[in-house]
Amino acid sequence: MLKLKVNDIDVEVEEGTTVLQACEQAGAEIPRFCYHEKLSIAGNCRMCLVEMEKSPKPIASCAMPAAEGMVLRTNTEKVKKARKGVMEFLLANHPLDCPVCDQGGECDLQDQSMYYGIDKSRFKENKRYVPEKYMGPLIKTQMTRCIHCTRCIRFATEVAGVPELGAIGRGENMQITTYLEKAMESELSANVIDLCPVGALTSKPYVFEARPWELKKTETIDVMDAVGSNIRVDTYGWEVKRVLPRINEEINEEWISDKTRYACDGLKNQRLDTPYVKINNKLKPSSWDEAFKAASERISKTKSEKIAGFIGDMTNMETTYAAKDFFEKTIKSENLESRYEKLYINTNVRSNYLFNSSIEGIEKSDLIILIGTNPRYEATILNSRIRKNYLKHKTEIISLGDIGDLTYPYQVIANNTDTIKDIIDNKHEISEKIKKSKYPCVIFGQSVLKLKSAPYIFEEFKNYLLVNNKISDDWNALNILSKNSSTVGSYDLNVLSKNSSYEILDKLENNNFEILILFGQDNLNFEKKNEFIIYIGSHGDKGASIADVILPGSTYTEQDGYFTNLEGKLQKAYKASYPPGEAKEDWQIINELSSFIKRKNLYKDKNQLIDSLINYLNLNNKNEAVFEVPEYNFKSEKIITEEIDYYHSNVIARASKTMSECKNIRMSLPKTGTDN
Amino acid sequence: MAIKKISKVQPEKFEFNKKNKETADSIIKNYPSGKQQSAVMALLYLAQKQNDNWIPLSAMKYIAKYLDMPYIKVYEVATFYSMYNLTPVGKYFFQVCTTTPCMLRGAYNLVDVCKRKISEEENRLSEDGKTSWLEVECLGACVNAPMLQLNEDYYEDLDPTKLEQIIDKISNDEVPQPGSYRGRLSSEPENTRKTLIGNKNA
Repeated sequence: MLKLKVNDIDVEVEEGTTVLQACEQAGAEIPRFCYHEKLSIAGNCRMCLVEMEKSPKPIASCAMPAAEGMVLRTNTEKVKKARKGVMEFLLANHPLDCPVCDQGGECDLQDQSMYYGIDKSRFKENKRYVPEKYMGPLIKTQMTRCIHCTRCIRFATEVAGVPELGAIGRGENMQITTYLEKAMESELSANVIDLCPVGALTSKPYVFEARPWELKKTETIDVMDAVGSNIRVDTYGWEVKRVLPRINEEINEEWISDKTRYACDGLKNQRLDTPYVKINNKLKPSSWDEAFKAASERISKTKSEKIAGFIGDMTNMETTYAAKDFFEKTIKSENLESRYEKLYINTNVRSNYLFNSSIEGIEKSDLIILIGTNPRYEATILNSRIRKNYLKHKTEIISLGDIGDLTYPYQVIANNTDTIKDIIDNKHEISEKIKKSKYPCVIFGQSVLKLKSAPYIFEEFKNYLLVNNKISDDWNALNILSKNSSTVGSYDLNVLSKNSSYEILDKLENNNFEILILFGQDNLNFEKKNEFIIYIGSHGDKGASIADVILPGSTYTEQDGYFTNLEGKLQKAYKASYPPGEAKEDWQIINELSSFIKRKNLYKDKNQLIDSLINYLNLNNKNEAVFEVPEYNFKSEKIITEEIDYYHSNVIARASKTMSECKNIRMSLPKTGTDN
Repeated sequence: MAIKKISKVQPEKFEFNKKNKETADSIIKNYPSGKQQSAVMALLYLAQKQNDNWIPLSAMKYIAKYLDMPYIKVYEVATFYSMYNLTPVGKYFFQVCTTTPCMLRGAYNLVDVCKRKISEEENRLSEDGKTSWLEVECLGACVNAPMLQLNEDYYEDLDPTKLEQIIDKISNDEVPQPGSYRGRLSSEPENTRKTLIGNKNA
């Protein structure tokens, strides 16, 4: 620990901290533009100047390491004058277009010039003009406003792992650009908008939409992938205008993926805003009563074992729980399934389907093995953690099969189940590496759990890790990377076929059911024959197109709901807006449908539902139904990591114009960014 | 100095010739392994020499691959330094110094001559395609101001008429004598020496 004095206050800081951080610990606020906690230090804006004893000139506090016995002052006349001087130079070439700038109201330059700047300019020369740059469909540029802090360049190079941004020219004529003005090829690209302290990089889809002080801000959870990034949803009236990240060091740090941020315009398109009933083979708008009647009559007439329900990929846990109650109590059927493909899940202990090393834990891992997963597209934020680990420790990363650019180098080994058998039998070089490693991190994707030999791979590999003491109280090397936000929550609620067999999915394929109730499930792979389909969901997508009765529901921004992320963290998403038209919250629909069938509501109100849900989770009655591991055999197979359509992976993203635009641009680019 | 323009006409391909490849490899060996990117400036200069005194985009890409670094990083370096030419230059390339000492001694008169006799704009080839000119910052020959650099040589103590003569000679493919154009030897005082007269070795 180092002892310093800041403005006559004694502080103790850890070794390796900068003067800026030390000043902040002493409670002194230091203005800055280029410095950012999560990026490397550049020291080029000079806004953070402070006075240090025995130094003839003020020092740039962000770039100066704190040392024992330093005496610092942040409030002297000299410092104030230095800040004013720097501010004046920064503003010399900055246009006075705050009234038409999208950053206005949340602009670092605006705020800091109010606090630390002077009220007029002495600059009489012509201001510099910089031509606009093209940076893809998400980032709007207005480079005349740029103050050359280089945060965006450092973000692209360090965090996103796509060194495509750079500064060309020099001095006054320096310009930030992508190489020959290509779109940035990263799923994290839009974070540069948040990083930009001025209005040089702003959000293209949000351009001239609203002012920050007009927006209602709701802190909530993202559902685009299983990571559960913490977000803030900004609404104007009922319309979701934009999505911004919230800081959560354990999950998303300060970043969110482009899909999280820009799929929000999909909340407005293709929405189901009124119930529909199929009459004479044509879907017709109807009232709620008619729709409920059509559904309940059909359900009452059908044998309960001929009814099946499927939980969707973005369904919150309240809805899942209500659906479970609906099936158990109202219909008296066990045919409720949350999977849409035949994944092997051992539900004996919770850690069998979680990402046990935790997202934060990735940072200390010393060996990462990817089996049947492409984290860049399946969990972008998680992938950036792996990259962070790689940059820090040059960790060895191994993948079964070549899965394309992951933004960090990795070793490719044969993508066969034989490889896994070899590892388990200690015949592979990786076996030694796993044994030697202190914190190995083995990540199984859904593509491998789908295989015929999935039970063998999972059980034997787990056993292997157990034997080698890699699963213990302080570290668990076994990780399952789920793709969807509802997956882990549904497993927690035991929404699976009995003994997590594929019974329901098999029956579905053989058209054994008469009624299917889809709770926002659009990914089912089956040929519709004579099934009567009730769709409860928000968007007119695949599920609604085959439905006979459509009951319009809500999306994640329109209802409160719990989600469990892939690490097993329970988080609550809050209502930011209202469902459109006559649409209702999902649990209400289930509740009312139940009252039409049994003349009795399932719950009095939502509190009762939540209480009983939390109760169920606390009891965790997994022990009642012990999972019997089926007999399994080894089968030599190829492990093919399924490519996912990143920009169109769920109904909201598919309805989003921005996402479609991103997809088109990505497809027109060559496969690897550095190849043309 | 405004930002450098990139030529619209670009060759498809660039590759080091055999000799330059050897030189490049030996330059890379000067740096510790893994730090080969440090050779980027030297390699850009090699490419410029090989490609008629200018660097096309394909050469930047080639060097980026050669040194295993992102394109944009090479592009940054090439646009930063003024002595890398990113547009084709003439076989005879005039660089007129216009920094203060030269300017005070009439460098802009030389610029006017260049504009009249070579091309209206900087970095544009003359009508016969042989010459081009560029305003540059101090070339370090202030004592002989005003001066310019023609390819590798300095032409000093100029005035508009003398520059016109030089340009005329050039257009006939004669290379005029470099050095002072007022009969000085290097940077010796004009006429006779007035100081350090008694000193033998001065």
